[in-house]
Amino acid sequence: MFGWEFPPFNSGGLGVACQGLTRSLSRRGFEVLFVMPKKLDVRSEFARMIFADVDASKDAAVLEGYVVNSMLTPYLSSSTYMRKEGERGIYGRDLFSEVARYRATGARIAREETFDIIYAHDWLSFGAGIEAKKATGKPLIVHVHATEFDRCGGESGINQEVFDVERQGMQEADCVIAVSELTKQIIIRYYGIASEKVRVVYNGIDESTAPSGVGMRRLRSLKESGYKIVLFLGRITLQKGPDYFLRAAKRVLEKDPRVIFVVSGSGDMEDSILQLSASLGISKNVVFTGFLTGTDRHEMYVAADLFVMPSVSEPFGITPLESMKLGTPVLISKQSGVAEVVKHALKADFWDVDEMANKILSVVSHPALGESLSRNAQTEADALTWAAAAIKVDGIVHELIK
Amino acid sequence: MKSVCFYFQVHQPYRVKRYRVFDIGNDPEYFNDRSESDLNNRRIVEKVARKSYIPATTLLLSLLERHPEMRVSFSFSGVALEQLERYVPEAIELFKKIIDTGRVEVLGETYHHSLSFFYSMPEFERQVGKHRELVRRLFGVWPRIFRNTELSYRNDLGTWADAAGYAGVLAEGWDPILGWRSPNYVYKPKGASNAKLLLKNYRLSDDVAFRFSSRDWSEWPLTAEKFGQWVNAADGDTVNLFMDYETFGEHQWEETGIFAFLDKLPEEVYRNPNIAFRTPSEVIQMHEPKDEVDIPDTLTWADTDRDLTAWTGNPMQKAAIESVYGMEDDVMQVNDGKILEDWRRLQTSDHFYYMCTKWFEDGDVHAYFSPYESPYDAYISYMNALSDLRLRVEKRLH
Repeated sequence: MFGWEFPPFNSGGLGVACQGLTRSLSRRGFEVLFVMPKKLDVRSEFARMIFADVDASKDAAVLEGYVVNSMLTPYLSSSTYMRKEGERGIYGRDLFSEVARYRATGARIAREETFDIIYAHDWLSFGAGIEAKKATGKPLIVHVHATEFDRCGGESGINQEVFDVERQGMQEADCVIAVSELTKQIIIRYYGIASEKVRVVYNGIDESTAPSGVGMRRLRSLKESGYKIVLFLGRITLQKGPDYFLRAAKRVLEKDPRVIFVVSGSGDMEDSILQLSASLGISKNVVFTGFLTGTDRHEMYVAADLFVMPSVSEPFGITPLESMKLGTPVLISKQSGVAEVVKHALKADFWDVDEMANKILSVVSHPALGESLSRNAQTEADALTWAAAAIKVDGIVHELIK
Repeated sequence: MKSVCFYFQVHQPYRVKRYRVFDIGNDPEYFNDRSESDLNNRRIVEKVARKSYIPATTLLLSLLERHPEMRVSFSFSGVALEQLERYVPEAIELFKKIIDTGRVEVLGETYHHSLSFFYSMPEFERQVGKHRELVRRLFGVWPRIFRNTELSYRNDLGTWADAAGYAGVLAEGWDPILGWRSPNYVYKPKGASNAKLLLKNYRLSDDVAFRFSSRDWSEWPLTAEKFGQWVNAADGDTVNLFMDYETFGEHQWEETGIFAFLDKLPEEVYRNPNIAFRTPSEVIQMHEPKDEVDIPDTLTWADTDRDLTAWTGNPMQKAAIESVYGMEDDVMQVNDGKILEDWRRLQTSDHFYYMCTKWFEDGDVHAYFSPYESPYDAYISYMNALSDLRLRVEKRLH
């Protein structure tokens, strides 16, 4: 299994999904060899970790490439973006050379190991997967967690290089797994892949984020004085619709000023969103927390009265499940894969700012609504496990191996 | 001499349109959706009349003409009659015709198909009175038999009906309540001195209303002949077949053969000279009550629980019902016709039914008969509309 990130060294949902899937496949009796591009202090009791920059055939002490202790991000944060002004899009050139280097290791690793199936997560790993298949002839499954179309929120601005890698991966694969019907349709429509080749396996959630801790003091005191907290937690980038979040916030505040809108995350739109909150005249009611992990993240979900995911195009969306699992009701974009699966959630079109505001205000004004959603959502999230996803993958693998 | 007693329910609510927070204070119309969706009351009433009420009643008229011994009964909610009068007067004409034969009984219920019995007796009685007046005006008859919304029943409904002078009340013939008793007899409500209780034979009723077109059913296809035999073979004095009138043409589409079934049924039943169709009043006159039945907890004809949880079981429903009945004193004080009418339309039981999360939990979305995308959307529109109503009331009070 070729991946790119794995908790705790992950910047988004990709690593979480890889971990969840790996764990549940392992529980079904699969042995998983999980390849990461760089050696990191990552461990998993459910997979044997292989680092592509470590060449086991050479002297154990000699390492190919270099060891990096920092997080690997598939996407730039806004600070790196500013440094790379002149670059178009959200990827740095460094990333592409990383991906190319990773691809080159695919054949070598494949020859060194014994396995029945090659599995590659997202475009970053597709290259390595393709090389592994060329070297061994084993079947290749590619798992599409997101596409360029989702990241760019539409057809304009897509990076041709990334698109080509995505398409090649899907073409070379023996089976393409998509995280939702929404994603499957994008794959068929924009990548020209036959419908029978694409299978939908929804993401799951087994445990929510790390255990509770102390924090969020300012928000706590606001809550105590009767403010309601509405939370946006995710990458601050076009795809996630943070600007729609703020526009809905403005509509809400026109009717009820006792609501605080929290933006948790980082990304290339950080600064422009900050400016937007000012130009909309709502900055007094908007709190920016930065990127949260572990206990802070957990606290944030629990403190919120409503979690909002206004994504423009979300292949799946694990964060609402995290929220639901902790009992915080969610309002999600209908343009998301997770909306296909959950029933106990409020839904709206991402562009329908008035409807989002309507639903936010309704939750804020009617405790019975939040209560019902909270209770039912928890029960629902508890049933959406990775075990269910693993069963489907198991079936697909057996079909390919026969 | 056995009886076959048909009772058909005709009801259409005024569905609340998509009503947003921003509409509060700006839009006093809650029921005037004009879209192609199922929130468009006019569209739904016209559709159901076309697919069900008109063809079924036309058929009944023909049956009544062909079979002079044929009898059936109906209960029409006031809100259904209003909408039919306004949008499909042809349906009202047909109902008038069959009632004029003198062989179709009309029952009493609350005008707005509400659960007011459980929340406000004064309001309940006002709605029953209004319904009685409407039935008198349209059909020239006076209801003698009563049925409460969703066939809800409790001992105190029995005693109320008794005191109000009704000859009988309908209820669900639910085994856990009946114990060893069969629904095929007339009973006496606990504490009543005169009124009688007629219990629905749910197995036979649901064979027609729900299972009729189900190919998975071991008895499919259900022919009039087969059903006639079952009715004939049933023990007891009466077979009470109570169902939604939309069974004919809407829940069971014409293609299933439901009309052909109804057409043939009387002659199949009459093969046995000891059976006859009777109205509820006739059944009560004909057969002595077998026993007294004690029903202390509310019983309804709804889903597997046969109680009110589908309307009142979750926090949203409770909050909504409390809110609407909590406004009673102010609404009565303001005494404005439009406000009163809007308040009453918001009491219709369907609104709370749409907020039910039971089936969402079971995962059986097909059982969720709702024009809204989710129970939460239903709740949101309802509570927003209620907030606007409250605003209007407050304006008038000050």
